[in-house]
Amino acid sequence: MPEAKKKLKLALYWAASCGGCDIAVLDIDEKILTVAELADIVLWPVALDFKYKDVEALADQSVDVCLFNGAVRNSEQRELAELLRQKSKVMVAFGACACFGGIPALANQFDRESIFRRVYDTTPSTDNPGRVRPQTKLSVPQGDLHLPEFYNAVYKLDDVVEVDYYIPGCPPPPELVWEAITAIVEGKLPPKGSTLAGERSLCHTCKRKKEDKKVTAFHRVHEFVPDPEKCLLEQGIICSGPVTREGCGERCLNANMPCRGCFGPTPEALEHGASMLSAAATLVEGKEEAELAEVLDGIVDPLGTFYRFTLADSLLRIRNKSLGLEEKAEEGEEAAS
Amino acid sequence: MTQAGSPKSQAAAGEGWEPKVVAFLCNWCSYTGADLAGISRLKYPANLRIIRVMCSGRVSPAFVLKAFHEGADGVLVGGCHPGDCHYLEGNYKTLKRKLVFERLLEQFGIEPGRFRLEWISGGEGDKFARVAEELVKTVRELGPLGSTAERLGRADGLALRAEGGGGNA
Amino acid sequence: MKRVTIDPITRLEGHGRIEIFLDEEGNVDDAYFQIVELRGFEKFCEGRPAEELPRITPRICGVCPSAHHICSTRALDDLYKVEPPPAAKKLRELFYCAHMLHSHIAHFYALAAPDFVLGPEADPAERNILGVVAKVGVEIGGSVIKHRSYAQKIQEMLGGRATHSVMGLPGGVSKGLTKEEQEQVVEWAKSEVEFAKFSLKLFDDVVLANKAYVDLILSDGYKLTTHHMGLVDENNKVNFYDGFVRVVDTTGKEIVRFPARGTAYLEHIAEHVEPWTYLKFPYLKAKGWKGFVDGQDSGIYRVAPLARLNAADGMATPAAQEAYEKYFETLGGKPVQATLANHWARLIEVLYAAERLLELAEDSEITSDEIRTLPTETPDEGAAVIEAPRGTLFHHYKTDERGIVRAVNLIVATGNNHAAICMSVKKAAQAVIKKGKVTEGLLNMVEMAFRAYDPCFGCATHSLPGEMPLVANIYDHEGNLVRTLER
Repeated sequence: MPEAKKKLKLALYWAASCGGCDIAVLDIDEKILTVAELADIVLWPVALDFKYKDVEALADQSVDVCLFNGAVRNSEQRELAELLRQKSKVMVAFGACACFGGIPALANQFDRESIFRRVYDTTPSTDNPGRVRPQTKLSVPQGDLHLPEFYNAVYKLDDVVEVDYYIPGCPPPPELVWEAITAIVEGKLPPKGSTLAGERSLCHTCKRKKEDKKVTAFHRVHEFVPDPEKCLLEQGIICSGPVTREGCGERCLNANMPCRGCFGPTPEALEHGASMLSAAATLVEGKEEAELAEVLDGIVDPLGTFYRFTLADSLLRIRNKSLGLEEKAEEGEEAAS
Repeated sequence: MTQAGSPKSQAAAGEGWEPKVVAFLCNWCSYTGADLAGISRLKYPANLRIIRVMCSGRVSPAFVLKAFHEGADGVLVGGCHPGDCHYLEGNYKTLKRKLVFERLLEQFGIEPGRFRLEWISGGEGDKFARVAEELVKTVRELGPLGSTAERLGRADGLALRAEGGGGNA
Repeated sequence: MKRVTIDPITRLEGHGRIEIFLDEEGNVDDAYFQIVELRGFEKFCEGRPAEELPRITPRICGVCPSAHHICSTRALDDLYKVEPPPAAKKLRELFYCAHMLHSHIAHFYALAAPDFVLGPEADPAERNILGVVAKVGVEIGGSVIKHRSYAQKIQEMLGGRATHSVMGLPGGVSKGLTKEEQEQVVEWAKSEVEFAKFSLKLFDDVVLANKAYVDLILSDGYKLTTHHMGLVDENNKVNFYDGFVRVVDTTGKEIVRFPARGTAYLEHIAEHVEPWTYLKFPYLKAKGWKGFVDGQDSGIYRVAPLARLNAADGMATPAAQEAYEKYFETLGGKPVQATLANHWARLIEVLYAAERLLELAEDSEITSDEIRTLPTETPDEGAAVIEAPRGTLFHHYKTDERGIVRAVNLIVATGNNHAAICMSVKKAAQAVIKKGKVTEGLLNMVEMAFRAYDPCFGCATHSLPGEMPLVANIYDHEGNLVRTLER
């Protein structure tokens, strides 16, 4: 008598995340019911009531797949990454934050203390004359209370545990999610370490007309109305398409807005931001340094534009703490708020 | 705001520290210029690690970042004077990249003195020596930058799996 | 002292834990609702071009990203002092109604309903959306999924994608609606109206017809006496998109009113800090921070559906208005202070959002291609207020003359409810845990106290503190500050 097919054990967890990746799983719509038939979900805090102690009680390697979204920003998230790695056969970095740091990794541009000061002291609506700050350990009359330790830097998942697969996107589109789930269920996964998305840049599938790439000025998205049929880069709007993996369907382009790279770098463009910087800069026409400088000044925020989703995956990673620059930044801040 | 462990205070602490400067020099002009400085017995600091490329236009900004990532305290890119590029327009690419790249470095808190783009012709051995001298002096004053791994270690001291950057594909 | 920990809290958006301390008799001495997460948006948005913020700030929350997207966009209108063409405003509001539908449907059916359909003390393995579908049947389950899907697809039509849409610009939107898309939206909106009515009927049958649930809703353990805040239009009807911020006191009388645009909020709202949670506590400046107490003299107010219905004089669409009247009639008049009534109020908002969606979709101007006014003024400072599904949301930006962000202040939806949630959790714990009897089901009933608020702590804790204490405040057993130590 043939053995009934055992249900897969599936875990979904969110670290420094927004919840969008969890919604992305729900956005496979009625296919979620198929997932429920094929898998027992043993952890999914947004939707199910299993607690950390339930995960601790699982046998090692008893979870078939863990879909882990969110960056690693504090000690609790690191501990859960390690715990889930221990309990899971396959660990998937799900979404841009787990893969590359995502938007939260933009915090790597800032000193933790200056962030601290902004939130608890200098925001205009905050009333905190006693300069109270949250404590990692606090004694209250009844006992001790703890809060996780916040790291100075934001880390991606494979900084702290071995990752078997990467599913990029912010969030991964439903089609990609379903493709990945199907591959898992059918046991048809590519070699470990693979990214489950296209290998080419999204320019290959983008339907916009590409003609001659010569930029004479850069425009920010609110400064003019672009031609909806033509390549945005050719119209002077920075679009990270050339260095970003395909697979998203160019949904942002379809709404007449540029790509900011949430699928991460193509295999050739490992340093996502530097590659796009190079591509954008060298599109500019001209030879006179002063003229070139004026045009290139139109790229107003190189770090935040080119590394929008991938700062924790970059070569420099975090801002260098340096005298002078820090002081200048702080003075600016006090004046600003 | 001085932070214990900042580069300046570290420089004071680390005796015998010598700046490490990586120099990407284009084959046709600046590398030849450096060669000439050598042949002419012009003194220039031994801190430079020279990497010969065919054209300064070959230098992707990622190479410069990689140098800093690995522990370089300063990076020099040498190319032909505008109009003299062996490949006609390669050095214009370098110039365009540099104009944006230096602002990126600033956003990363890398002090402006650590990165330099210079046009050095094959006959300008003296210019090469002078530029090398100036750059090493500036970097010495700025102190060690530290590799990305070292800087991450100063940030949180976590044991990390990845060495600190450059893609996961 | 015995301690019971719920870790993590579940069936909400966000990361947190509840620590419950029991005294010698096994009754609840105190409960702490700790939010453990933060990321730092108010800091790392500095240096970004302002027009990028509608595509950065939604990453505060992937359940209500469109709330941030639209609020940010309207804050940019204020920053650039630019007026979008009428069609653009309608498109944004249409998009936003679809968003409210997605979010409220997701919350009610996936996060809240399990407690009512399966029961608060049901087996956790079943007490979830999958259990709900198994119980109500695949047809109803399929309808839930389908209607949330319509709402996501409408957002996709206009915003490129549903989660983290991209179309908001100062002075307009980047994409309009074609005739075919409009027809599709009209068809789906009609279905949403029917689905909303069905959901209210389901609530009637499953919750209101069940005496035990009604008793729970009206019980003291799940009740607070607070002021309420919500956005209203010029007729004082609930509006999610624009209008006036209105606060009514514990008797229902208006005590605060200011436009949902500009920085007037700073005159009325301040934020308090506690050392045992990363999330701050907004309160009314006029009343002051009086601690974790409710009542007329407290500065604590609530937001989200319960509050919005209290703060307004009615709903702007007919079927929703009928539902609104029935709600207050059943619950004994305005204002309603029963926290669990949030679930009912939420469904009334689903009906309003659906009706309003249909109204806008049938508007002839909705397919106009005049959807952008290009900004011409030099930017300096701008702010806007919107109703996120989970509460009143404030975005405030300062930029340099190039529009590069110098400072950001955000007060985010659930954050407004933080103090109320803490009190609700403590009260519920005291009501259900007695004489040392602690079961998984009872702990879930404690969680139900926060779940009614449909909290979104990713939103609330956009901010990021550090780990190195610079100040240690010593409190005595009554919570009085005894000593401050500074490093």
